[in-house]
Amino acid sequence: MDVSNNMKYATFFRFFRDVILTVIVVFSFTTLILLLAGAPPLAAYYQIFKGSLGSWLKLGQVISVWIPLTLCSCGLLYTFRINLWNIGVEGQVMMGAVFTTFVLRFGMNGHMPLLYLCAAFAAGVAGGAVWALFAGYLKTRGGIHEIFAGLGLNFVAQAIILWLIFGPWKRPGIASMSGTEPLPRDLWLPYVSYMRLSVVGLTLAVIAIVVTALMLRYTKIGLYLKAIGSNLNAAHMFDLNPRTYMLIAMVFAGGCAGLAGSIQVTGVYHRLIPAISSNYGYLALLVVMLSNYNVWISPAVAFFFACLNVGSIQLPMVLQLDSSLSGVIQGALVLAALAMHAWRMRTQKTEGIALS
Amino acid sequence: MHIDVRDIHKHYGPTKANNGITLTVEPGTIHGILGENGAGKSTLMKILAGYIRKTSGTILVNGSARDYNTPAQAARLGIGMLYQEPLDFPPLTVLDNFMVGQAAGMKDRKSYYRREFELLVDHFNFDLNPDGPVDKLTIGERQQLEIIRLLALGAEVLILDEPTTGISREQKEALFVALKKLASEDKSVLLVSHKLQDAEALCDTVTVLRQGVVTGSVHHPYDAGAILEMMFGVPPGSPSRSAVEYGKTILSMKDVSASGGRSGLAHCTTSIRQGEMVGLAGLGGSGQEVFLRLAVGLTKPSTGSIELMGEEAQGKTLHTFKKAGVAFLPASRLEEGLMPGLNITEHFALQDRDDGFLVKWHSASETAQAKIQKFRVMGTPDSTVESLSGGNQQRLLLSLLSKDSKLLLLEHPTRGLDVESANWVWWHLHKYCQRKTSVVFSSSDLDEILMVADRILVFFNGRIVKDVRKDETDIDELTRAIVGKAH
Repeated sequence: MDVSNNMKYATFFRFFRDVILTVIVVFSFTTLILLLAGAPPLAAYYQIFKGSLGSWLKLGQVISVWIPLTLCSCGLLYTFRINLWNIGVEGQVMMGAVFTTFVLRFGMNGHMPLLYLCAAFAAGVAGGAVWALFAGYLKTRGGIHEIFAGLGLNFVAQAIILWLIFGPWKRPGIASMSGTEPLPRDLWLPYVSYMRLSVVGLTLAVIAIVVTALMLRYTKIGLYLKAIGSNLNAAHMFDLNPRTYMLIAMVFAGGCAGLAGSIQVTGVYHRLIPAISSNYGYLALLVVMLSNYNVWISPAVAFFFACLNVGSIQLPMVLQLDSSLSGVIQGALVLAALAMHAWRMRTQKTEGIALS
Repeated sequence: MHIDVRDIHKHYGPTKANNGITLTVEPGTIHGILGENGAGKSTLMKILAGYIRKTSGTILVNGSARDYNTPAQAARLGIGMLYQEPLDFPPLTVLDNFMVGQAAGMKDRKSYYRREFELLVDHFNFDLNPDGPVDKLTIGERQQLEIIRLLALGAEVLILDEPTTGISREQKEALFVALKKLASEDKSVLLVSHKLQDAEALCDTVTVLRQGVVTGSVHHPYDAGAILEMMFGVPPGSPSRSAVEYGKTILSMKDVSASGGRSGLAHCTTSIRQGEMVGLAGLGGSGQEVFLRLAVGLTKPSTGSIELMGEEAQGKTLHTFKKAGVAFLPASRLEEGLMPGLNITEHFALQDRDDGFLVKWHSASETAQAKIQKFRVMGTPDSTVESLSGGNQQRLLLSLLSKDSKLLLLEHPTRGLDVESANWVWWHLHKYCQRKTSVVFSSSDLDEILMVADRILVFFNGRIVKDVRKDETDIDELTRAIVGKAH
């Protein structure tokens, strides 16, 4: 008993040490980049902090970014669990938004808005799931790697959105990059006025975290995803059909992403715009990898990224920096964290796990 | 070269794989390291070869203490190791593999290395084609390649980990001749094994390990009983076999052909009855592995028919075979049989196939605990399967089998296991036979097949060349059949 407790402490200590080391590496790396870009690092960090957590309104914006990031991360946890790289998550957000808008267009004249909103969310989830299933079938039936299938479908989804905005769904008289006709107010998700924050979206994101955690830990689906992900070749020995569970994982991932798309339309932009997915899908891939595929850590990482995203908006104005710097910092973060991850794997290997 | 190992410790957390090992290897000798699975043999050898780091202790090479941490540094000192699974580059040719690690620079010196290669191959009477790809070689041939590669690198001390596992009798003889030759040329050979016969045939000195410590060191000639006692504490008994009545035919194949492996399988006609213990003999890749995979639906026949309990089964999926009570344990346990990263409890949870949505973690953990005790697996329900030793992985796989299985198909069920674990496996399988389960297994060890099987099928080049009851044949006849001289 003592021994296993000691082991637990050792594991906990190692985790703690890794987190601190990661933070140190990440900050030194980012500082280096800021210095290279000619920005005073401390001022830049302060601006990012002030721009993200400096007021209720800013915090509301951060949470509005956090919601789709977290939803996509939850979805990706399913696909990563079975070792699928669902890079198509970006397109799944877009298709969720498209399906949502499609349903809401029927509810524009004002009868029973709640019914239309519910139907629109269901359609959004379905849209994301269907788009994910395309990639899933290409993988399981066509033998096309899910990264290529997903990437291709992302471009198709983007093209569909542009076509809709400039074609069938264009605003009367004009077609512009600003998107479709805005939705009437009763089709908006209710929001807290001083934060511009949709409570429904926040609640859904929190529910998604809890449900994902429970699914992965306590259900057979969660166990099967993990098993197939760990050894595809042994799956049939346990009578598991990898194809079925890959499709199931894709449906969960696409569903979550589609939900994020619905919230983007009903809670943030109140219309369909070309950049409706805002690259949150790609960002979520990084969030999940950085959090070491842990369902409880990823919301925190997502929050950090959301802060960075919102906080760096005013960096160009205040410090005369290029607006792409925020992207560079995010990329640097990921590289630093991946380097830490690689280092951790190495130390684990030399510290030794297996007995001869 | 003179190697002195002093007080070597290797700890993995609370587990002490090596706990103060001291031994001396004289030049010009073959030194055997015996011990059961998990005794710490491989760990010690990997430390010597620079593959893993010791926790504490000293290694003296020719009298001076040396500290090295990588196989490359060990190689510069003249220590080379042949791993259980040869570490080579399968897509490259034999000659390219030979050159790996010694050919530096931009200049193409292929013809020089070809001469070197041929000299060494002739010297040891090996049979290797320099231009063939490595992935077409048998384990035995890959060993030969690895040996001459290490020698060309200047190895003075050669460490071999279980070299006689999975190779044919001829290859084993060639290997033994080569090792004796090396010793006569003043090189030292360290031979890790759990097979007493190997040590008796080859070694000048034998050091026995048990649970990470040296329990004894003896010189030729050996007292087998004493060595067994050092290995196990008490000498293990041989498995006994009581007569079983055979029942109905469970599996029959008519003129079945299929591709796969080195030779595929051609025109196979045979049947297996309830309660039979059938051994598949033959050189590695002669069709046994195709036969086993056909019998469980993993491979589909190109022609011919398969019947399972009187019903047509060819073209059916693995799922159908499994439902009918067929189970298969592949030779590569971690690659095809178990899920690395998952612990023992999770494996039992995977087995539970009721309709519930939730995993019954509590009952899975209880099952795991009970099976660990019953099957004497050295591990806890939380141990991940890759942290178990080979023998314990096999015990776990056996504990995962359903009690109601009708037909068990096992590929090299005792490969890499020590005598005691192997005996335990056979005892366990015999209990299945007594319950009218048919057991079909492949093995590269003819003695083992003769000891445990009721009936023997000999495979040669993709065909069954002999089908006999155990009491109607002997080792000479089987040996001839294996190399294609059945008649």
